[in-house]
Formats: sequence, structure tokens, C-alpha cells
Amino acid sequence: MMIQGHHNMRILDTHQVSISTLPVRVYVSTIHKSSTKPCFCVFICSPFATENPASRKMASSFTRLISKRNTAVLLAGLGAGTAGFLLSENSSLAAEAKKKLYPPSSDYPDLRKHNNCMASALTPAIYAKLRDKVTPNNWTLDQCIQTGVDNPGHPFIKTVGCVAGDEESYEVFAELFDPVIKDRHNGYDPRVMKHPTDLDASKITHGMFDENYVLSSRVRTGRSIRGLSLPPACSRAERREVERVVVTALAGLKGDLAGHYYSLGDMTEKEQQQLIDDHFLFDKPVSPLLTCAFMARDWPDARGIWHNNDKTFLIWVNEEDHTRVISMEKGGNMKRVFERFCNGLKQVEHLIQERGWEFMWNERLGYVLTCPSNLGTGLRAGVHVRLPKLSKDTRFSKILDNLRLQKRGTGGVDTAATGDTFDISNLDRLGKSEVELVQLLVDGVNYLIECEKRLEKGQDIKIPSPIVQFRK
Amino acid sequence: MPFGNTHNQTKMKYSSEQEYPDLSKHNNHMAKVLTPAMYERLRSKQTPSGFTLDDVIQTGVDNPGHPFIMTVGCVAGDEETYEVFKDLLDPVIEDRHGGYKPTDKHKTDLNSGNLKGGDDLDPNYVLSSRVRTGRSIRGFSLPPHCSRGERRAVEKLSIEALASLSGDLKGKYYALKNMTDAEQQQLIDDHFLFDKPVSPLLLASGMARDWPDARGIWHNDNKTFLVWVNEEDHLRVISMQKGGNMKEVFTRFCTGLTKIESLFKERSHEFMWNEHLGYVLTCPSNLGTGLRAGVHVKLPNLSKNTKFEEVLKKLRLQKRGTGGVDTAAVGGVFDISNADRLGFSEVELVQMVVDGVKLLVDMEKRLEKGQSIDDLMPAQK
Repeated sequence: MMIQGHHNMRILDTHQVSISTLPVRVYVSTIHKSSTKPCFCVFICSPFATENPASRKMASSFTRLISKRNTAVLLAGLGAGTAGFLLSENSSLAAEAKKKLYPPSSDYPDLRKHNNCMASALTPAIYAKLRDKVTPNNWTLDQCIQTGVDNPGHPFIKTVGCVAGDEESYEVFAELFDPVIKDRHNGYDPRVMKHPTDLDASKITHGMFDENYVLSSRVRTGRSIRGLSLPPACSRAERREVERVVVTALAGLKGDLAGHYYSLGDMTEKEQQQLIDDHFLFDKPVSPLLTCAFMARDWPDARGIWHNNDKTFLIWVNEEDHTRVISMEKGGNMKRVFERFCNGLKQVEHLIQERGWEFMWNERLGYVLTCPSNLGTGLRAGVHVRLPKLSKDTRFSKILDNLRLQKRGTGGVDTAATGDTFDISNLDRLGKSEVELVQLLVDGVNYLIECEKRLEKGQDIKIPSPIVQFRK
Repeated sequence: MPFGNTHNQTKMKYSSEQEYPDLSKHNNHMAKVLTPAMYERLRSKQTPSGFTLDDVIQTGVDNPGHPFIMTVGCVAGDEETYEVFKDLLDPVIEDRHGGYKPTDKHKTDLNSGNLKGGDDLDPNYVLSSRVRTGRSIRGFSLPPHCSRGERRAVEKLSIEALASLSGDLKGKYYALKNMTDAEQQQLIDDHFLFDKPVSPLLLASGMARDWPDARGIWHNDNKTFLVWVNEEDHLRVISMQKGGNMKEVFTRFCTGLTKIESLFKERSHEFMWNEHLGYVLTCPSNLGTGLRAGVHVKLPNLSKNTKFEEVLKKLRLQKRGTGGVDTAAVGGVFDISNADRLGFSEVELVQMVVDGVKLLVDMEKRLEKGQSIDDLMPAQK
């Protein structure tokens, strides 16, 4: 047996493992699937901060699992040679036999009419390699890709087509997720690059827009609670735990951030109407991209909306991610919106850390979220801006492209613009820090307003040079 | 999801109370039956192919139901679901199927010769006649749970068996993903084409995964015998024709089904069936015969009569709009079919429809002439 990382574990035999008092995270993975060679269990351990009850909980529950001689989890990834070990009470013996009856080639999805990142990346060879693997939470490849199989996509819009069920999905299924991430994030290679995180809002310059043009400013991101499965995979208890952790933390916010939580299932008619009028209420997802990814299960259990009394800082709980964090205001003070955003995020992070929790984050991928498109910063900073002349100029799209900006209608993604008002936001999420992206948005919007003013005066405008993609 | 569900073990680290669904606003059979104690007893179990309690109930958790219409709220992922989760499914079955007990035996009778009459429903009123059922192929997981490989295997087997049908049953298979525009339009015009389910009841149970992979429609050249492959069940078998000759429709139905069954047996496969539940299908509401025999019938006067609902109830019949389940009637034309599925044989159910529709038409004729129908009121069947 091979062990990598920190040696807090001693393998006694193929069933029993003794774990020291230092909390560990345990991965089970196969390295040989051939029937002529024996199969190996590889345990990769990394110590956690000792005060993290989440991993303490996981370690102790793992011990409980082992001591009950429940070997289903341990042996989930093993292959042909170990069928004999699978005869425990909750045995998947028939499931193992089925795997032999249905080799990966018989299960490989028909992706010939598909246009999404998953379909571009998932070769039969990769599928064959990954089909029988499971993450430590027992999430499978088929579950990651179901949404992409069910939604072939659009010739013009390339969707992602896969989701993570937990933090480890990005690692266990790296052979699929890495090329998907590269495709979606302009060549960002998680195997060699590092993602910068920077939430120091004081660095933003020129962050006050001309309010004759900019009607409102908004920054959003997401955060996931480490140790709990993500919305596609989570059980009801896990989802409720996310809600409990987040709501407890938010109750600790003070001053201009003090606020109130409204559980989707419990809110009164009056509260619901107010939230609709404020444009805060989110509803059960109808997009098949989300419903096919199992995110709407058990709706509206453990879903809710928190916002501060000033209605400038808002958190969605258990919608598409564990949390979606939104800072917004009428008018053009993007700097203040971003300040509140960073301040609020840091305070929430501190409050959950006090109780032994933390956000999912790592150097390769930044903040880990459900959809690969939101990795890194998960940040979309945007404005509603009036651009009556510029929007009719044939150079508009090219200008946006070069500024790394995206236009949407004022209803959000997949809506059309009404009148001359557009939602303009950053295109990128991964490979640039929060400060960098917000500054890009600020500089870009200021440029667009300049163009609009010049066109108003009958002056000509220039297409700016394209912005460099990644730091060398 | 296919190939075992070790994910279920991960949930065991939480207490049953923490995992128990909030069913306080729910009105379906599953919600009525699933107590916290029952959830605790059953949640660690799974069928040999890995279907778990949460898989069974997900559709019922996600669809609270309607105050007036009691949906089932649970599905089977394989044949063994009905055994492993019998604590939940037996009371659901009893509630849904008029008191059918776990010890009751179900009679199968596909001998159309046993049907009395049924060939003379008045075509001035009865516009069309139809009988449908479902069949599952033993050894394969059901639509909520099957992998792509299994679903394709079911399709392959079905195509082979159906290709051997001859005479007036000879026909052709149209795979949903391969059909030409012309074929598609023809199937729509014939009212044969089924589309990806949109009902949240079906979507929440996982039945629409991988659409349209391994789904298709087979029908005979005469367009009177039709088989849907891998929609809500492995197979849905439909016999239909214009007019009121239900006997002919039922005879073709029985002949076709029996022939298909023997063709599967030749290939060493059989249908899921047992003497307690009859034919085993995905939804508990379709157990037993899985049979819905119905007509489209003009009842403009009777349908406005205050006694209409009572008559239907006494006859053990159900009304729907002519678009099928959950549609409204158009122009006084109703879809009238048997309400029962389990505990009565196929012949018995079709007999109820034949006798019942005859009576409804008689009542309609009386009301047309302004006469009373009081003496025609039936006893409770």
C-alpha cells in the first residue's frame, strides 16, 4: 500500500485503518483496473487546522464507518479482483457485477449534437478512466456531466456542461475539469498557474461613475463552505447545515451590515412581496441547465435570502451555490459598492472561522464554486448604464470584446436590453484578482461613457487595444 | 443514478432527523405514509443495483402535490424496490389501489375471448377506442435509475423483438434521435410522437436523463398498434382505432402483447411480473395490469348533468380531457377510462369500460330527448 503526504495513518489491513488524533482528510482512488494485476488503495492524507470541527467530524465519522465494518465507502473504487470483499450489509455486489456487464464504452454518452465545454473535452478514453471513480463524498463522473448530456447547448453559446458535487470533484475528475477550465477561462491551466486573490478595495481608482449614464452598480460572487457537498450533491442534512452555518454567521454582522434572514419556506406573504419589489427574491430554478444538475431538489428546504437593513448587501443561501454574495446600490459609486463587498465578505469569513469553518479555496482554482465558470473570483461586477448612441454604433461589440466586458439585458443573463440601458460587466472570473477585475470594469465603463459623450458631440471614437489575458 | 449508490452511506453520518424531508405542505401518497420512524428504518437500505429511499421519494419531496389531486409521490428504480422498500410502498399501494393488501393476489387475464360484447359501441358517440399498458424487462433498472448502457440494451432488445412481428402487426421502429423531419411530422400528425417529459413529476424522478438517447417509437404499418420505448417505462404498448369496436382493439392488444412476450422469452428475457403486484412498472399507480382502456365519447348533455360525477364513480370510471391526463374536455368530448389498475384483471377492467360507456351513451340519448335518467342509475361496482 502506498501513502502520500502526512503519515498519521497506519494501514492495518484492507479494512481497518487507525487514525491519530490529528484530523485528516482521506481520499480513496484506484490506480490499477486491469484484472491481471491486483488493485491498490491509495490514501492521500493532508492535515487540517486542528481547530476545524468539520474535518474532525469527517475523521471521526470515518472511524465510525470503519469500526462498523462498513466497507462500501472504502471499496467504492476497487475493481474486479476484490469482489469478494463487497459482501457487507449494504453491499453493492450487483452494482459491481453490472459494471463488468456494462463497460464504459456502453455508457459513453452520445455527444455528437452537443456544443458545450464538457462535450469538447470528454473523450471516450477519459470517460473510461473516470467512470468508476468516486470522490470522498461518493460523487461520480456521470453525476458531474449529466447536465451537459441533457443540454446539448446552442450553436452560438457554449455552455460549460458539467458541475462539481464537492470540492474534490475538481481533483478526482481533473482530467475532465482541467481542459474544461482551460476552454472556458481563456487558456488558464490549473496544473501550472496560480490564481491571485485580492480583496483590498482601497486599490480601486476612478471608481465613481457619471450618474447621468450609470443607473446602478453591483458586485456579486459566491462562496462555498468547506467540508459540505455542493448543491448538485448535497443531502438535505448537509444543505440545512450550510444554512445553519451561514445564518449563524450573518447574525453576527453589525452596523451598516446588520440585517435579517428570510427562509424561503417560512416567509410571510408580505415579506415575499417586499422581496419581490426590491428585486431580491430568487425562485426555484427553471433553467434545465440547473435542474438537470440536481440543484433544485427538495426545494425550498434550507433556501433563503439574507439582506442588511440598508438593502445594499444581500446573500442568497443554497440557490446555485452555498452562498451568493451581492453588494449593490443605485447610482455610480462602484468604489463604495466594492468596499462594502470586500468588507462584508471578510467579516462573514471571520465569523464562520470563529466557529471552525472556512471557505473552499485553493491556489490553483481560487474560490471553489459549483460551476467551473465561476471559479477563481466568482466575481461579476457590473453596472446598468445608458448608452443610446454607442449601442447603435457598429463598433460597440468590438470595443466590449477588447475591454473584456460583456453586455446583457437588464433582466440579467439571457435577457435582452430594454431601451438603451445595458448591463455591462466583466467577462473574466479566473486568473485575475477581484481588484484587477473590478478595475477593468471601472476603466472599461469609464471608457464607454467617454465614447458616448464623444458621439453626443459628434466626435469620433476609437476601438481600444485588447487587454492582455494573463500575467506572464 | 446507476451502478450503486455509495453516496447513500455518506448521508448516514447525519441523523435521520437531520435528513428527514419537510413534508408539512405536501399532499401525496408518499407524504401521508412516510413517518420519521419509517424514514429512519429504511434510509440505510438500498436495492442490489443501488436504488435508495431518497431516490424513491425525491419526486414526492420535490412536488408537494395539489389539494384536489393526490399524486403518488414515489417511484421504483428496479424490480427489487417494491420488496426492499415494502414498508413504504405497501401502504402507498393500499391507499392508491382501493385497499389492496400486501397479502392480496392479482389476477392476469389477457384472453380477449373472455370479453363479452364491446364490438358495438355507438360510433355516433364513441369517436375512438384505445387500450394501453406498460411492460418492464426483468433484469434491467427502470427509467429513474438506469444507466445509458442499460437503456440502450433495453432499446436493442425491444427493436429485435418487435422486428419479428408479422401480419397486421408488422411495423417499423423510429429512434427519437435519428428520425428525419418528414418522419417526425408524420408521427405528430398521427398523434404518435411522444416528447421529452415536461411534467415536474417525471423530471424530478430522473426519467428524462440523457434524452433522447435510446428512446423511440415503433408502430405497425396499419397504425393501430404502437410501442413507446424508454419513455416513462421500458415499454408502453398501445392499441387504438377510430370508432367504437373496443373488442377489436382489445383483441389486437392481447395478441400483440402475448406475441411480444414470447419473442422476448425466445431471447431469454421476460417481463417483470409477480402474483402479488402483477406487472411491475415504474410508478406504483400502474401496477397490476398497468391498463388504461378508454374511449373518446361525446357526452355534451350528460357532462352538464349534476349526476355525472356520481355515475362515473359508481361505474369505476374516470374522465379526462381529450389531450390525456391533466387536460380539459373540448366540445363535450371526454376521454372516459377505467379508474383501477390493480386487483382486477385486464378482461375485467375492459369489461367495466365497455359496459360503463354503453350506459353513459344510453343516458346521453335519454337526456337528448329530454327524458330522465333516474332509472338508469347504476349500483356501485
